[in-house]
Amino acid sequence: MSIYQHLPALQVVVPMLIAPLVVLMRGRGLAWAMATATSMMAFIIAVSLTNIVLETGAVSYAMGSWQAPYGIELRVTAFSALLLLIVTAASTITLLFGKQSIDSQLEEHRQPMFYAAWLLVLAGLVGIVVAGDAFNIFVFMEVSSLASYILIAAGPNRKAMPSVFKYLIMGTIGATFYLIGVGLIYMMTGTLNLADMEVRLQEVQDIKPIIVAAGFITVGLALKAAVFPLHVWLPNSYTYAPHMVTAFFAACATKVSLFVLLRFEFLVFHQNLVEHVGHFSTFLIPLAVIGILLASGVALFESHLKRLLAYSSIAQVGYILLGASMATASGLTAGIIHMFNHALAKGALFFAIACLATQVSSLRLENLGGVARKMPWTMAAFVIGGLSLVGIPGTAGFISKWLLISAVLEKGTLGIFLVVAVLVSSLMAAVYFWRIVEVAYFGDAPKQSAELHEAPKWMLLGTWFVALANIYYGLNPSLPLLLSNQAAASLLGQLP
Amino acid sequence: MEILGLYNYWAYVAVLMIGFYAVIAKSNLIKKLIGLSIFQSAVFLLYITMGKVDGGTAPIIQAGVSDQIFSNPLPQVLILTAIVVGVSTLALGLAIVVRIKESYGTIEEDQIHLLDHKS
Repeated sequence: MSIYQHLPALQVVVPMLIAPLVVLMRGRGLAWAMATATSMMAFIIAVSLTNIVLETGAVSYAMGSWQAPYGIELRVTAFSALLLLIVTAASTITLLFGKQSIDSQLEEHRQPMFYAAWLLVLAGLVGIVVAGDAFNIFVFMEVSSLASYILIAAGPNRKAMPSVFKYLIMGTIGATFYLIGVGLIYMMTGTLNLADMEVRLQEVQDIKPIIVAAGFITVGLALKAAVFPLHVWLPNSYTYAPHMVTAFFAACATKVSLFVLLRFEFLVFHQNLVEHVGHFSTFLIPLAVIGILLASGVALFESHLKRLLAYSSIAQVGYILLGASMATASGLTAGIIHMFNHALAKGALFFAIACLATQVSSLRLENLGGVARKMPWTMAAFVIGGLSLVGIPGTAGFISKWLLISAVLEKGTLGIFLVVAVLVSSLMAAVYFWRIVEVAYFGDAPKQSAELHEAPKWMLLGTWFVALANIYYGLNPSLPLLLSNQAAASLLGQLP
Repeated sequence: MEILGLYNYWAYVAVLMIGFYAVIAKSNLIKKLIGLSIFQSAVFLLYITMGKVDGGTAPIIQAGVSDQIFSNPLPQVLILTAIVVGVSTLALGLAIVVRIKESYGTIEEDQIHLLDHKS
């Protein structure tokens, strides 16, 4: 038995077991060092898992050697490998480079608890991704959600509290809906393992409870993924969370829920419900389009930088969903690769905002006049992230927009309308970024801004690392493209 | 008969909706959390109901008894986990309400909104 066989389990177990130990780490920076080291280890495990998946195909791990479907199965496919990379990389980079930002927002005695909760979020998110059965997904979802409420509540502004309360209520309702759906499916099939569920559903005679279950699961997960119109918890939570937490969550939290949603829709329901794909598309395409347009529209008029980007995140969830609801290989590939590219773009943007926040007192637009003259490096990275989000050629965002538009065009007349929606929304994105750029580069400095300096070097390094990754994956998208292609193929049942 | 025979499911839906209503309609944060707890308990009822087999008892193997009918223990185990999740959610929610009370001085949602808009 080599250690490599246990990697799927270690991926979850390592951060989960170290989290309680981090609580005990008192003293300067010890908790941070331990959490960062753990997160790095998780990243290394994710990279080796990706290598294994690329070489040998999907990996299945029987927890405690109890074979599926009776035992608990962990399953790593190309799709999960991509998500694992996003989650662990986002956590590692934000922890590694974000220490100064966290230090400035959180008193030292609260930090061990904070880092412990962070590791629990990490463990929960990777748990959702590797879990092979519906109930474990629920448990991990709640582990990550409960811990993420704590992280958001750590924000310095008191408004963090009501927003996290709203998130808690809506998140719990979402999780409970999901639980009802899983219960109904279990009732009809007697299994919780997703792969087994797919097979046994074919024998179910009375299909009505399954349809109800599909509804509950879709709505529950859409709530967790902040799909329009279930997004209302997101803007305030992202705005008032500590900056590094926002960067971490914006990069991966909603995507993991979308990952579960897609797995359910395509693996479990797709082949077993008559016209399910039709229902799925007609239900989600309008939501995706309205979400894209409305959220971009709100972002146009928003003047708080973090809230502006939070609304843009809701629009991006719409893009991912739009690609996925095409239910074609090219559409799914576009949606899935956009998960990766959006994580890069938003990561860079929120990192740059954290850099800004170390110097300026308020992140409102009117307060940022001329800030680029004092902090050129920060704002340059911000611009790269913005270009990537808008989808300028040469950046990562362009790849996904291009794939999305070509996938949508396959749909004929409807496709043309959808392309128009995507283009209009990209234009709006360009406009709201231009507003920021205009103020930051050409605006007059507010009077009391004499002491602005460039952000701490270490944080700047992190920001640029992510910003350059945007360009690198814009010019050389082969790795995410390979994984998303395989993921789309396996979702549509063309691969084992 | 069929409708009455499913009374457990009717009860589950009724409890679910009572909880959901409280979550949506009440502006007191504690009452919202109570509603959320009721909402979750309804799901526990659904799981327990589906595991019940007519005439079944607890799944304990006894020497000499071989034709005993058992209720399905798996949903009960699942729901034990879900109860734990529910309790931790409630605890965390209450902790947040305490923090809200400390910093706002109220736990009424509309007053919190007012205070937020003033500042």
